[in-house]
Amino acid sequence: MNDLLHVQGLTKRFGGFVALDRVDLQVAPGERLGLIGPNGSGKSTLVNCVSGLLRTEEGQVSFDGHDISSLPAHQRIQRGIARSFQIPKPFASVSVLDNLCVPLLYATGHREGSHRPSEAQVRSQAIAILDSVGLAQRADEMSSGLTQVDMRKLELARAIAARPLLLIADEAMAGLSSSEVDEILQLLLQMKARGIAVIMIEHIMRAVMQFSERVVVLVAGHKVADGNPHEVIANPDVQKAYLGE
Amino acid sequence: MSNARFATIALLAGVLLIVGAQWIQNDYFFNAAYTVLMYVILSTAWNILGGYTGYVNFGTAGFFALGVYSSIVLWKAFHPPLAVMIVVGTLVAALAGVGLGYLTMRLRGHFFAIATLALAIMLFTFVTNWDYAGGARGAYVIVPREVPFGFARYIRYLFSVMVLLSVASIVVARVVERSRLGRGLAAIRDDELAAECAGVPTLKLKLISTALSGGMMGLAGTTFPFFISFVEPVGAFDLRYAVNAIAMPVIGGMTTWLGPLIGAVLLGTVQQLVQVTISSAWNLLIVGLLLVGFVTMAPEGIMGWVFAWRRRRARRS
Amino acid sequence: MDISYSLVANAIVAGLLLGGFYAAVSVGVAISFGMLDIVNIAHPAFIILGAYIAFLLNDTFGVDPIVCAVAVSPLFFLLGAGLYRVYYVAFESRGRGPLPGLAFFFGILFITEVVLVLIFGVDYRMVKTSYSETSLHFGQVDFALRLIVPFLVSVVMVVALHLYLKHTFFGRAVLAVAQDPLALRLMGINPIRIREIGFAISIATAGIAGAFLVVIQPVQPSIGREYIGLVFAVCVLGGLGSIYGTLVGALILGLAETFTATFFGPSWSPAVSFGLLLLALGFKPTGLFGR
Repeated sequence: MNDLLHVQGLTKRFGGFVALDRVDLQVAPGERLGLIGPNGSGKSTLVNCVSGLLRTEEGQVSFDGHDISSLPAHQRIQRGIARSFQIPKPFASVSVLDNLCVPLLYATGHREGSHRPSEAQVRSQAIAILDSVGLAQRADEMSSGLTQVDMRKLELARAIAARPLLLIADEAMAGLSSSEVDEILQLLLQMKARGIAVIMIEHIMRAVMQFSERVVVLVAGHKVADGNPHEVIANPDVQKAYLGE
Repeated sequence: MSNARFATIALLAGVLLIVGAQWIQNDYFFNAAYTVLMYVILSTAWNILGGYTGYVNFGTAGFFALGVYSSIVLWKAFHPPLAVMIVVGTLVAALAGVGLGYLTMRLRGHFFAIATLALAIMLFTFVTNWDYAGGARGAYVIVPREVPFGFARYIRYLFSVMVLLSVASIVVARVVERSRLGRGLAAIRDDELAAECAGVPTLKLKLISTALSGGMMGLAGTTFPFFISFVEPVGAFDLRYAVNAIAMPVIGGMTTWLGPLIGAVLLGTVQQLVQVTISSAWNLLIVGLLLVGFVTMAPEGIMGWVFAWRRRRARRS
Repeated sequence: MDISYSLVANAIVAGLLLGGFYAAVSVGVAISFGMLDIVNIAHPAFIILGAYIAFLLNDTFGVDPIVCAVAVSPLFFLLGAGLYRVYYVAFESRGRGPLPGLAFFFGILFITEVVLVLIFGVDYRMVKTSYSETSLHFGQVDFALRLIVPFLVSVVMVVALHLYLKHTFFGRAVLAVAQDPLALRLMGINPIRIREIGFAISIATAGIAGAFLVVIQPVQPSIGREYIGLVFAVCVLGGLGSIYGTLVGALILGLAETFTATFFGPSWSPAVSFGLLLLALGFKPTGLFGR
């Protein structure tokens, strides 16, 4: 089994409410996966369970061949699972550049031996990443003053800075204009070149169809479809869930 | 400036202050300066958790009193050298910091703040009921007759020790601020979830922060029994320590080591003056009003004005 | 064993009566902290302020504290509304984190205390009423009227608040404002106005509770601090934001304190509320997050 991410029988309850019910999910290295579903279908819960912000009672999450079900979030990102947040969460009191220094200092050491990069190395790495997402000019600005789309780019840049193997982009385009959606989409499409698999959670179907090699559909905590984007969209169950009867 | 260079300069400044002060004849100066320096340590300590990490501690008096009472108990039992009491008191308070952190750091910031207050009052109740340490009546500490290192009076010796402890606290704060640890703490302050998801082991860092901060507060208390020679629980747990420890960094600015230092020196000196000229109730009123005034109107404190001025100058050039 | 029976029975009665009063002390925080998410750590200071105003009115005009409570509550309502305005403008509207708000209320607590010291000094003050010295006896159990009157008024106030919040339009808006401010806006209600009134009510209850405090025990400016642990312990124990839960939490705390004072001595009783609070915070975190 050479899946990068392997989720099996994942169940999450909040009190009596079952948010995820025995969900299985596989992601191959470098794969581009679209995860869709109506509001409240459990997408965000799944993201939180995989990234480690929520503890799961049942089921198993394996990554890169290791069971990581009981690891806290900061150890999961050290192993290579990065995420962006639906509502951007910048470190608001520091500069854009310093935002990237946090994962560069804390998330990458685990896989590269014990030696820690110097301050100068961290800075140059941060600038290189900012350059690749088009934020180099904003490096010294305070992150709280960024525009919506730049805030989203910072969110992605910070995730890239952790040098992940898997990036979970949680609605990275919500609320953006059509041209801004394309900018973010381009960034996500470039991840493959960096060897990063991406799970894209999105409501904007145009972006999902353009991006995904495979699409998974969650409805009310169940996985109802998993496969080729065009076949999944044609699936009557999916249409029912999205359009109603 | 590198840490080693900063530490050397700070130490030199401290030694100069100690040597220079010996020309001052009036012993009252040393009493006042001791108090100001005590506040320098307390507010620097508070700021490591409050300013750098974003967790409000209302229990400064509790940690401070742990340092005070560990010295009293050690002194009664063994008469050890001052250095031993300083180290032990610091460790005891640091341990209390870890314990409190472990119990409450999984909770939201609000609850942590309330829990710190709870800890202070719990400790107060225990000390009040602990007869060996003097109980509610208080404990006398006989100040040693012979003064070490050839100082003219014991208070001059205590003042010099306090200068060195302040220097050490400031150096620690600056090292933390500019280190990997400091970046992690700042990330926690800004957004704890995002910090965790950027690889920051938030729980561990918060425990380090509470230990450092609590330990330094205890440090500030270790020499206190020899300063006032009679300690009672009401005095050792006085809320004024808690308020000052918050007000001074707020007024000075909470993001750098310089803020608490400026706040402590300014506010500490003003209080010494008001205490002599008017009354101690009035000086507490001033502290309260300044705290509320700054926190509502100038949340970045005096250093905030400095930064704004620097930014304006940078833009012009 | 007859003596210990009456000791226990008296402790239970005194604990329950005290607990009822504690509900009045804490219910304001159940509203401000539990429903509005405003950590008003200065709440006890307003209770002490209310106590001193009742003392002043009683001392100069001979007004009964119950009358004082009624007379003073609108003033405290206005005070609360004003305080919320400042809090809103300085903190909420700028989206600043919880830290500065906490420091703000800590400063308010301190200012109130010092002002009271400057005006009244640090002596203990108490109000003697016509019912202060009277007790009802049932067998070996004493019911001090000094405790019964505040108990009854407190319970009436708490129940009235509960009914008001549950069954009036405005009350339900207060309950909704924490969960869904947007929905309120869509209904044409200004959530800030609702929060302002909610906070004003919470401060008004502090004024009323203060008027009774000075009947129950002698008051001194700094005793407010001891009540900080109490009010938050009660609110956490009772499940945040539930009015009846607050009543239950208050009764538990009243019993715990009275028993500690009876069997270990009164010098240990401050540790009870804070100890319970620490335990609740340390070991029942799910209950705290579950909002």
